[in-house]
Amino acid sequence: MPLPPLTPASIRLGAVVTDWRGAVRAAGDVLIAGGSVEPSYTQRMIDVIDEFGAYVVIAPGLALAHARPGDDVRADGLSLVTLAEPVSFGHAHNDPVSVVIGLAVTTADAHVTGIADLANAFNDPGLVPALSMATEPSAAIDLILQGTTRDVS
Amino acid sequence: MKIVAVCGAGVGTSGILKVNAERALARLEIEADVTASDIASLATTAADAQIILTSPELVDRIPPTWADIVVVQSYVDLAEIEQKLFDALG
Repeated sequence: MPLPPLTPASIRLGAVVTDWRGAVRAAGDVLIAGGSVEPSYTQRMIDVIDEFGAYVVIAPGLALAHARPGDDVRADGLSLVTLAEPVSFGHAHNDPVSVVIGLAVTTADAHVTGIADLANAFNDPGLVPALSMATEPSAAIDLILQGTTRDVS
Repeated sequence: MKIVAVCGAGVGTSGILKVNAERALARLEIEADVTASDIASLATTAADAQIILTSPELVDRIPPTWADIVVVQSYVDLAEIEQKLFDALG
């Protein structure tokens, strides 16, 4: 089964948060609403960052919030949240963060290629600002799909 | 040649790094086995690795190793990954 596609329901634009924990919670809330995870998964995503630091900020302006597979992951899930105001995650190079992708997987090797293709769309430095300006989920999906197809090699 | 991509949870971010390292190695025409690992398993997974790929945030947590540690700032920047692997292997 491929990575679940981004749908309008998996996207939340202009979330108002005050810190990185709020940003991760927003990404978790969308995963919960979609039925992919139970609420404890959100806390586990926060715990990963508390334990290992801001390495989840994998590119300028982009955080990939995630945790290990677990009993609280019902199905593979993907969410995308843009922030009304960027927040700092404490990363030396890639802060501040304006876009958070939430990821939940049921097994450790699931979908790595699909996740990489999604992430690689963000190698275009214009994508984070463009997403921040998006006001419709469908427009945000189009922006990412354009970048994804361009980047597949 | 064995290369290990490391992240905190061993899923997601290390997977992205693995896929992009494989693409960079293909461009460089270098044969290597790239695996993804979490930090906790690294002593085992990287025991026979030549290179450990990781984030600046995780470098200090890597246990003593014979492998070269290559620090990648942007996991999605194939050009950066390719250049750093080229430098490490050249």
